[in-house]
Amino acid sequence: MNFLNGITILLIYQLAGEVSALLLHIPVPGPVLGMIMLFLTLLLRGNSIASVDHTSSALLSHLSLLFVPAGVGMITHFDRIISEWMPITVALVLSTMITLMVTAAIMQWSNHLLAKEVKKDG
Amino acid sequence: MADSDLASIWVYLSTSPLLGLTITLMAYSIAYRLYIYANANPLLHPVVTAVALLITFLLLTDTSYSAYFEGAQFVHFLLGPATVALAIPLYQQSAKLKKLWLPLLISLISGVTTGVLSAVGLAQLMGASLQTQLSLAPKSVTTPVAMGISEQIGGLPSLTAILVVVTGILGAIIGTRVFALMRITDDSVKGFAMGMAAHGIGTARAFQISEEMGAFSGLAMALSALATALMLPWLLSIIGVLS
Repeated sequence: MNFLNGITILLIYQLAGEVSALLLHIPVPGPVLGMIMLFLTLLLRGNSIASVDHTSSALLSHLSLLFVPAGVGMITHFDRIISEWMPITVALVLSTMITLMVTAAIMQWSNHLLAKEVKKDG
Repeated sequence: MADSDLASIWVYLSTSPLLGLTITLMAYSIAYRLYIYANANPLLHPVVTAVALLITFLLLTDTSYSAYFEGAQFVHFLLGPATVALAIPLYQQSAKLKKLWLPLLISLISGVTTGVLSAVGLAQLMGASLQTQLSLAPKSVTTPVAMGISEQIGGLPSLTAILVVVTGILGAIIGTRVFALMRITDDSVKGFAMGMAAHGIGTARAFQISEEMGAFSGLAMALSALATALMLPWLLSIIGVLS
């Protein structure tokens, strides 16, 4: 019953997210809006929901499985990957490296800058 | 006789969703065991092995992707509720969020902007087609969200799925070397950058190094999914890739 309650709540939030994305014309995937709504609900409640925790950890523990069907869809893009492998490879490798470096550098810098305040807050 | 029996069984199976679903789960469990056996080496990430096994199977049996997807869609469908479920790890990190909100917000916005603009910019510079650029744009975000974004902006969600996984593997492999070169020792900084660039695969790698690095990576992954979904259409219209 726990699993059923959990998945029902997740689906209700997804549905609410999909409907609001359509109604409000927000260019954000419906499930992301559902995630925001659930996060806000949890913040307002002040504690977690046992059945949702249970179902979420089941879903998230094998999250990788869920992208497999879409990944196999690569079979329909072989031509594109072969003809554009060079820009794709360069963009992936350099952009991943740049993102790692910029994020780490900026976080270190902003931590330094705000170190005193953080210390005051405990 | 046996041959024709087999042939008719195959005709039945190849039109039923049962086969697509079963081989997806089988391929994944083989891939997952291999990954655990290899001490969670990111090069043997289960998505890559499972996709390779399944593509080989489809090519050998001359099965179309749409016939396969009839069955696999039951797994694919769970991406939606799994995305909603990301609210839970985010909520579990809310104490850290409250305490460090300003540096995290600054790092988040700059990380998302860098990730999106560098990917699209480099792809454009190297002459990639518009659809490939759009499919690359959400590459640093966790797969279900990246696919949703890709679909929304006119990219190819299934190409995005693969690009996201490759990005995660790259990040997991080069991350620790980049941090060593930059002489960064703070696990919270390393974790946040890892999650920002390499989502769940980077997070799995971060948890191997330390609990703190993993927690911050998970936090960055959840925050960047949110921020990228909100910022990406706007970022792309600024650089004129989307109108």
